[in-house]
Amino acid sequence: MIKLKVDGVEIEVPQGATVLQACEIAGKEIPRFCYHERLSIAGNCRMCLVEMDKSAKPVASCAMPAANGQVIYTNTELVKKAREGVMEFLLINHPLDCPICDQGGECDLQDQSMKYGVDKSRYQLNKRSVKEKYMGPLIKTVMTRCIHCTRCIRFASEVAGVPDLGTTGRGENMEITTYLEKTLDSELSANVIDLCPVGALTSKPYAFEARPWELTKTESIDVMDAVGSNIRVDTKGWEVKRVLPRLNEEINEEWISDKTRYACDGLSKNRIDKPYIKVNEKLEACSWEQAFDFIIKNTKDLSGDKVFGVVGDLIDAESMYMFQKFLNTSFKSNNIDFRQTNLFINPSHKANYLFNTTLARLPEADLVVLVGSNPRLEAPIVNIWIRKAYLARKTKVYSIGDNFDLTYPHENVGITHSAIAEILNKKGKIYESLKTSKKPVFIIGESALSANGEYILETIKKILKESNSLNENWNGLNILHQKASSVGAIYLNLMKENFLEKLNDDNNKLVYLLGADHVKLSKKNQFIIYQGSHGGLNSKIADVVLPGAAYTEKKGIYVNTEGRVQSANKATFPPGDAKEDWKIFRALSEKFNNLIDINTHEILRENLFKDFPIFKNFNEIPQLTYENLEIKNINASNNNIKINEIDFYFSNIIAASSKTMNECKIAKQVLLKTGTDN
Amino acid sequence: MSGKHVEKNQPTSFEFNSVNLEKINKILKKYPSERKKSAVMPLLDIAQRQHDNWIPYAAIKKIAEILEMPHIKVYEVATFYSMYNLAPVGKYFVQVCTTTPCMLRGSEKIVKLCKKYISEKEGQLSSDNKASWVEVECLGACVSAPMMQINDDFFEDLNEETAIKIFEGIKSDQLPKFGSQKGRIGFEPNKRLTLVKN
Amino acid sequence: MLQDKDRIFTNLYGDFGRDIVSAKSRGDWKDTAALIAKGKDWIINEVKLSELRGRGGAGFPTGMKWSFAPKEIKPGRPHYLIINADESEPGTCKDRDIIRFEPQKLIEGCLIASYAIGANTCYIYIRGEYFNESKILQEAINEAYKEGLIGKNACGTGFDLDIHIHLGAGAYICGEETALIESIEGNKGQPRLKPPFPALVGLYGCPTIVNNVETIAVVPTILKRGGKWFASFGRAKNTGTKIFCISGNVNNPCNVEEEMGIPLKELIEKHAGGVVGGWENLQAVIPGGSSMPVLSKKICDTIKMDFDSLVEVQSGLGTAGVVVIDKSQDIVKCFARIARFYKHESCGQCTPCREGTGWMWRMLERINKGDADVQEIDMLMDVTKQIEGHTICAFGEGASWPVQGLLRHFRGEIEQRLTFKNKKIA
Repeated sequence: MIKLKVDGVEIEVPQGATVLQACEIAGKEIPRFCYHERLSIAGNCRMCLVEMDKSAKPVASCAMPAANGQVIYTNTELVKKAREGVMEFLLINHPLDCPICDQGGECDLQDQSMKYGVDKSRYQLNKRSVKEKYMGPLIKTVMTRCIHCTRCIRFASEVAGVPDLGTTGRGENMEITTYLEKTLDSELSANVIDLCPVGALTSKPYAFEARPWELTKTESIDVMDAVGSNIRVDTKGWEVKRVLPRLNEEINEEWISDKTRYACDGLSKNRIDKPYIKVNEKLEACSWEQAFDFIIKNTKDLSGDKVFGVVGDLIDAESMYMFQKFLNTSFKSNNIDFRQTNLFINPSHKANYLFNTTLARLPEADLVVLVGSNPRLEAPIVNIWIRKAYLARKTKVYSIGDNFDLTYPHENVGITHSAIAEILNKKGKIYESLKTSKKPVFIIGESALSANGEYILETIKKILKESNSLNENWNGLNILHQKASSVGAIYLNLMKENFLEKLNDDNNKLVYLLGADHVKLSKKNQFIIYQGSHGGLNSKIADVVLPGAAYTEKKGIYVNTEGRVQSANKATFPPGDAKEDWKIFRALSEKFNNLIDINTHEILRENLFKDFPIFKNFNEIPQLTYENLEIKNINASNNNIKINEIDFYFSNIIAASSKTMNECKIAKQVLLKTGTDN
Repeated sequence: MSGKHVEKNQPTSFEFNSVNLEKINKILKKYPSERKKSAVMPLLDIAQRQHDNWIPYAAIKKIAEILEMPHIKVYEVATFYSMYNLAPVGKYFVQVCTTTPCMLRGSEKIVKLCKKYISEKEGQLSSDNKASWVEVECLGACVSAPMMQINDDFFEDLNEETAIKIFEGIKSDQLPKFGSQKGRIGFEPNKRLTLVKN
Repeated sequence: MLQDKDRIFTNLYGDFGRDIVSAKSRGDWKDTAALIAKGKDWIINEVKLSELRGRGGAGFPTGMKWSFAPKEIKPGRPHYLIINADESEPGTCKDRDIIRFEPQKLIEGCLIASYAIGANTCYIYIRGEYFNESKILQEAINEAYKEGLIGKNACGTGFDLDIHIHLGAGAYICGEETALIESIEGNKGQPRLKPPFPALVGLYGCPTIVNNVETIAVVPTILKRGGKWFASFGRAKNTGTKIFCISGNVNNPCNVEEEMGIPLKELIEKHAGGVVGGWENLQAVIPGGSSMPVLSKKICDTIKMDFDSLVEVQSGLGTAGVVVIDKSQDIVKCFARIARFYKHESCGQCTPCREGTGWMWRMLERINKGDADVQEIDMLMDVTKQIEGHTICAFGEGASWPVQGLLRHFRGEIEQRLTFKNKKIA
């Protein structure tokens, strides 16, 4: 520990702390623009100047390492003068357009000039104006407002790993831009909007939509992937105006992907807001009563093997639980599964299907092997964590499967199962790295589990076990799920052997789709119910469509790929006649004379917790023991590991309904084709 | 005042010629092998010399590829340093120093002559398309002020008469010998008190 | 006046050949191996004894700077010597002539300094405009390689040294040592935060010592004639000989090597043929390159040219680039032009400098035209104070000191100009 004095108070700070951090520990607020906890130190804004004994000049506290015996002052006349001076310089060329600036109300420059600035301007000359720069469909630029803090540049090159942003020119002509004004090629690009302390980079889709003080803010959980990013949903009236990240050091820190942030305009498009029934091969709007009657008329004698339920990507645990209960009680059926495509899951032990290393411990990894996974597109947040490992210790990254740009160097070692057999046989590059690795990590993507996934899983377990990396201290076995509902569904045991084959055989009479948009159905004479929030391919072939709530419109539990249970909150209400899914099942069960007697969401949760206590442990990662972890010998096969093509911006029905995501997709295609936007 | 002028009409491709590729290989040896980026300034210079004294985007792209740098990082360097031209300049690129030490000795007169003999506007090509001129900051020849640089060469100890001779030399492609136009070798005083040459 | 026998730069005016044979005949490369054989500690100690202070502007004691380099060279962390030949300070053109006429002194100095700090690689960063000079220097380096004076087993000492030239491309700020390092690394020349200092974390993250051309070029002679000899010139902590560049309104602008502490008047009158129109026609002198605050004639009458004497009159020796301004010059215009220089050369990194240099320049232009109010003089002073000391590097000081010097000594003239103009309008 380091001992120093801040404003007369002696404090202790850990080794490696900066003076700014020391001041914060001492409870002193230090204004800043360029400094950001998660970015490298630039020290260029000069707002954080403090006085230090034995230093003739004030020092930039963000850049000065704390040292024993330092005496720091944060409230002297010199400091006050220095701050006022910097504020004045920042403002002389900053436009006075706050009334039309979207940053208004959450602008660091505005806030700090109130607190640290002087009340009038002495600058009488013309202000500088800077041309706007195109940075893609998400980032609106008003570069005249830029104060050159370079946070955006540092985020792009350090965190996102796409060094596309930079400064041109020098002195007062310095401007921030992407090379030839091309779209920022990152799935995390819009985080620069949050980082920008002024209104230079603001949100294009949200431009002039609302003022921050008009918004109702609801803390919630994202469902665009299986990471469970913590978000805040801002609504005005019914409409979700924007989604922002919420700090969670163990999951998304303070970043979210562009999809998490911007798919929200899909919440007001393409909505199913009324029940529909098929009359003369056409879906017609109707009342709930009519829809229920229609269902009963067509399905009341069906039971057991003839009835199938499919769970979609974005479904919360409570809805799945009610779905399961409903099919059990009303149809005596247990045929429910969440796997809309082939996916091998071994539910016998949690270690077999979770991201066991956990995200926050990924930076400790000294070797990463990606098996059939492209984390950049499957879970951009996970990719940040892997990149962190690379930045921290130059972690070697191998990939088995197709090749792609991951934002950090990695080596592709083939696309076949034999690449894994080779490691087990103590051969090849991966094995050579594994020999010296103390904390290896294998990340198995869904693509790798689609064909003889069992071989992959069990072999990797064997490899890790032999490397002493499958235990309580370090578990390098990771499954990277792509869907928000997956782990919750596994916890609820919503899996059936050979489900997909049976689903499409003739014996099947009723298919109940709970937001399942990706499952391939060949419509024969089975009766199809689609319950969900958005219209997609499967709702079109359904006989009955029931309007459900989207993730922002209900309270619900989601379990992320680490097995972490989190609760999303209701930020707004379902549109039109749409209802929360559990309520629909309750009402239907009553119609089927098999009432599930759950009347409130609280009681629903109580029931869920009683039947599946694992859901009670909010925000925790399951603590595993490994005595019972079975490792099987599975024969190798000569399958290829083909990474399923990922349409990042269209990966689920909400994103696919989003205008913004569509624009991102087009911008990306243009970028791929020409390399620039011109 | 704004940043650098960038040419709108850009060539679609740029390749270093074989002589320059050899030079590049030599330059790369000056720096540790994992620090290739260090060669960005010399490479921009070579590109500029090869490409009529200005650097097109295509060359920036090429250099980024050779040095395995992001494009924007090469572009940053190209726009930061004042000697890189991102738009065409004259075959005779005249840079007149007008910083105070030169100003004190009459650099304004030289600027006037540039306007008369080359082009009215700074940065503009002369009517015979041969030359262009710009004002620049201190070129480090203050003791032989006023002075100007034409391409690589310093013309020092100027007065109006010698400057005119130079501008006319441009027209006829016959520049006087560079260096002091008063016949000095270095920065020696006219009247020697020290180290009198024996 | 310094006697010819005590001059270090005997070919400062290019009277003789710059080739290695001529250079050797003037004493370069004499006994270099023997000097190196005396060891690092002896070399550094002798430089300390000479009280040599850096000739690039800041005047930091050279021997002390060298002693900051780690004693031990850690694997994977080689030491570097960088020679700062980015001579761009208005009023300064001494390094150019060392390179043109005395390149072997510099190269010999590089070998000795590299040995003293344990560097096997030395980069010489020359401003890009000195293209012809860089060719001369490269020629000289080639000659030294050929003679075995540098390269593998340099001078037969068993010590290896490679010297490379890196050309700048027009950025005054690259004369700041950390900006220079950034520039060699292939980045924009934006100064780094300190600490860490380059002596520990410099080029490529390795220990690096950056010295000015003149500093290094005088080292061989110091070692050959003894630190005490060098220290016998001038006064304590302001020792040795120094190249002064005298430019502006003098009859014979020139470079001259003189004793530290020579009176300014003597310097100008003896060597530069006096002020145009006579000493009484003197208006002001910038004593150390454009960054150093200007001196009024009254100060010039008596001031001695060394580090500490100039600090006492709130200025500095800087690079010893003496810019003489006579009474025919518009003093405000002179400094508005200097302010424009700093506006043009600011790297743009720190807020005060990026925004303040342009503001100062524009205010000075307004004052020059007489468009400003008298109150703006105080505001201008305020702005200089808001820049000074608030930036990452010393450019902030360099940009604000000239303006402060102007306001300190010529406030009366400025007030008069503005009052007169305003009255005329009224």
